[in-house]
Amino acid sequence: MSNNTAHEEPELVQLLTPEGVFTEHPDYPLDIDPEELRGLYRDLVMVRRVDTEAVALQRQGELGLWASLLGQEAAQIGSGRALRPDDMAFPSYREHGVAWCRGIEPRELLGMFRGVTNGGWDPAEHGFHLYTIVIGSQALHATGYAMGVQRDGSVGEDGAAVIAYFGDGATSQGDTNEAFNFAAVNHAPVVFFCQNNQWAISEPLERQSRVPLYKRAAGFGFPGVRVDGNDVLACLAVTRAALNSAREGQGPTLIEAFTYRMGAHTTNDDPSRYRVSAELEEWERKDPIQRLRTYLEKEGIADEAFFAEVEADADKLGERVRHECRTMSDPDPLDIFNEVYAEPNVHIDRQRAEFADYLASFEDSGAEGGR
Amino acid sequence: MSTKLTIGKGINAGLRRAMEADPKVLIMGEDVGKLGGVFRVTDGLHKDFGADRVIDTPLAESGIIGTAIGLALRGYRPVCEIQFDGFFFPATNQTFTQLAKMHRRAAGKVKLPVVIRIPYGGGIGAVEHHSESPEAYFAHTAGLRVITVANAVDSYWMIQQAIASDDPVVFFEPKRRYYEKAEVDTEAPLHTATPMGSARIARPGADATLLAYGPMVKTALQAAEADTDHSIEVIDLRSLAPVDYDTVVESVKRTGRLIVTHEAPLTSGLGAEIAARVTEACFYHLESPVIRVAAFDTPYPQSRLEEHYLPDLDRVLDGVDRAFAF
Repeated sequence: MSNNTAHEEPELVQLLTPEGVFTEHPDYPLDIDPEELRGLYRDLVMVRRVDTEAVALQRQGELGLWASLLGQEAAQIGSGRALRPDDMAFPSYREHGVAWCRGIEPRELLGMFRGVTNGGWDPAEHGFHLYTIVIGSQALHATGYAMGVQRDGSVGEDGAAVIAYFGDGATSQGDTNEAFNFAAVNHAPVVFFCQNNQWAISEPLERQSRVPLYKRAAGFGFPGVRVDGNDVLACLAVTRAALNSAREGQGPTLIEAFTYRMGAHTTNDDPSRYRVSAELEEWERKDPIQRLRTYLEKEGIADEAFFAEVEADADKLGERVRHECRTMSDPDPLDIFNEVYAEPNVHIDRQRAEFADYLASFEDSGAEGGR
Repeated sequence: MSTKLTIGKGINAGLRRAMEADPKVLIMGEDVGKLGGVFRVTDGLHKDFGADRVIDTPLAESGIIGTAIGLALRGYRPVCEIQFDGFFFPATNQTFTQLAKMHRRAAGKVKLPVVIRIPYGGGIGAVEHHSESPEAYFAHTAGLRVITVANAVDSYWMIQQAIASDDPVVFFEPKRRYYEKAEVDTEAPLHTATPMGSARIARPGADATLLAYGPMVKTALQAAEADTDHSIEVIDLRSLAPVDYDTVVESVKRTGRLIVTHEAPLTSGLGAEIAARVTEACFYHLESPVIRVAAFDTPYPQSRLEEHYLPDLDRVLDGVDRAFAF
């Protein structure tokens, strides 16, 4: 019965082909210098290394779970580098590349997956909200935040814009659709950035949608665009244009970054049960890092020494990530009671005191020879 | 200046004062604008503060709470109106997984001063989903403060206290009591009002403690008045999370008996929690078990039967009698 309408041949905005050939796009001109191009390459390599290390650390029992970004580096670095300091991003739980662009230390991400924190960083300081695990919830937070930006009068060329990240699965959630509608009727300065990685755990795109996802935007009354999510330059150009449109008062845009989750959904998942290896091989040929490298080499923008230096830096980063993960200390047991409320709460305070006494009783019994 | 206000007008006046005091205070919800809400609680605010501060939202409860969270992250203090108790449920995810947890998730680095106003409870002859008492769901969720009012003095002050709080506050409004009147000194400073976390002894007594909140406070006071054989102390709980156990326990230690009444169903209701706590704290002072007088463990019935479903004066008095039978 399936006629795969959601899978219809994509009309993608693409600047860099899988073979590393650059073509200008009439609607999305990209003003970028060699230094920035090399920077993008470095970002891609670094976040892939963080991801590789994290998967390994999970296998070694150092992390409880990890959600790999393998294959989605270009979508995240391209969109993440389009953000300005005053912009605000609302991520899902796989946006390690965007986090990198916002100056979040890899250890902060690891801390959450290790179970040391539930969040870690200061969202306001980084313009990067905490990872949101319940699918699609953050699309509404982003929209509300954008309504706040409007009310602050922070619009115009120097204004702020907001971006919400989610996956193809989230487009099935009511919250995401409510966010589209709230953003549309309020003309809110928000960009919805959907990384369509083709799979919501084991469910393929045709189980999520009968229409290409970017076309959903039209039903809500704002533009939708599909970009090659493995093309970092196209992701940068399209996101920059959408953010500028938002900050200048043109309202929301939905960007569908057409990409592929090359790894498992999380380290608990086994994709071999639901997808065929030929699919993976097809997408490996579209690898976001290799295509930029080919372009940089062909155009003489970067030489062997540069690539070797990036590789060495990635090795150093990997070592740091491993060390920082393994040396993270567990939180104090009484942290359970911290920051449940912003204001004093006698009920929590009493439970904390009782539990502290209970814990202390073991110390006493230890002094007396244990029990 | 002392003015006679209904509970509904008290909330309206409190909202107005909070909006005048702080430009970051916003009202949002369905029909809260020109209509002034289906109960007219936001009447006149749209006219005086404009559509940017009194926001008519699309009809989507999750959207209301979810965007309120975003607005709060940007520094605003949104007051969300959920039109009726039974319509809250689409917003449970945003409230329970996001609003309640985010302060802790962020290790205190973000604050979410969001107020959710919910007209609740029965007794108005409404159709399905318009008469429920869902407060126990909220009281069970760490990170939320849950309060309810029983008179216009509290409605005027507690809505302002809820807005001033840096924690998310769920503010339950007893819809069948919206038109109850009281004298309110509307010009006293906010800090002189009774703190919203505390219970209030609504009527002193010596023989038994009758605990109620929201719509049942009036019924409890009538019951205490009607029982001429005993001296009944009535406590208006006011704060459902956290509960002011100091006031409750102190009262029960004096009277030796406790009867708890609420409109919500009996099982796993707030009364069960209070009974357990008071038993633990007052075991040697109790002359009888803690008695609960609540609604039945059924869906809220069709309105022609609600007078049987809701605890009324007779059922509360029956509960008091049961306590004295021990």
